[in-house]
Amino acid sequence: MSEQEQEFSGSDVQKKFLYLNRRAPYGTIYALESLEVVLIGAAFDQDVSLAFLDDGVYQLLKGQDTKAIGMKNFSPTYRALGDYEVTKLYVEKESLEERGLSIDDLMEITYEDEDDDWAEKPSIQLVNRSEFAAIMAAQDVILSF
Amino acid sequence: MAYQMNGSTVEHDEEGYITDLGAWNKELADLIAADENIEMTDEHWEVVNFLREYYEEYQIAPAVRVLIKAIKKTMGKDKGNNKYLYTLFPYGPAKQACKIAGLPKPTGCV
Repeated sequence: MSEQEQEFSGSDVQKKFLYLNRRAPYGTIYALESLEVVLIGAAFDQDVSLAFLDDGVYQLLKGQDTKAIGMKNFSPTYRALGDYEVTKLYVEKESLEERGLSIDDLMEITYEDEDDDWAEKPSIQLVNRSEFAAIMAAQDVILSF
Repeated sequence: MAYQMNGSTVEHDEEGYITDLGAWNKELADLIAADENIEMTDEHWEVVNFLREYYEEYQIAPAVRVLIKAIKKTMGKDKGNNKYLYTLFPYGPAKQACKIAGLPKPTGCV
């Protein structure tokens, strides 16, 4: 990388982006739009993380079947996020519990850690409400869907 | 707009991507490739089949840098690089190969 390129892609211009997902996956277009924006935005080398709370936790449920509602089941795409170097998916613990769910009800989403000999690691991190507040406070940009 | 094949027609969008993903078959792939001035070789098919498998698993057509990384991982760095893939698909390995593979335009290709 040339010095000039380094100047433009250096860490000083990298911002922390959080995509906040609060709605059920189907019925509205928000969840799919959010996912597409994340995939497109991933080209810009920013520090990206996703958060799932309220009904947004349903987006990560395993075993989704959309046949009866005639919509594309886009849930497998969350498992491609690691390829796009999006490796931080925060799920709020309280939102899961309020819906009678646990992390075992969610898809297994992993990424390969380039800095650790490509070891496969889980992308989903369970956080509680107060930890979540701290994560939000640390962001430069929050996009809510 | 549509591709004509053995008397049947397959609709495509203004950029040539077919709209009914289920309508794809190998003959259609050859036809789309010919439209793109590409003669399909085993090497081309390897990439097209890889893309179809990726789509099957993740329901998206990967962006070019993701495609290159994934090919590098499964087929080695001799094939997982820009030069090799642009030699096969001069107008962009993701865009052109996805079109031939009967997939939508890659997500995240900006």
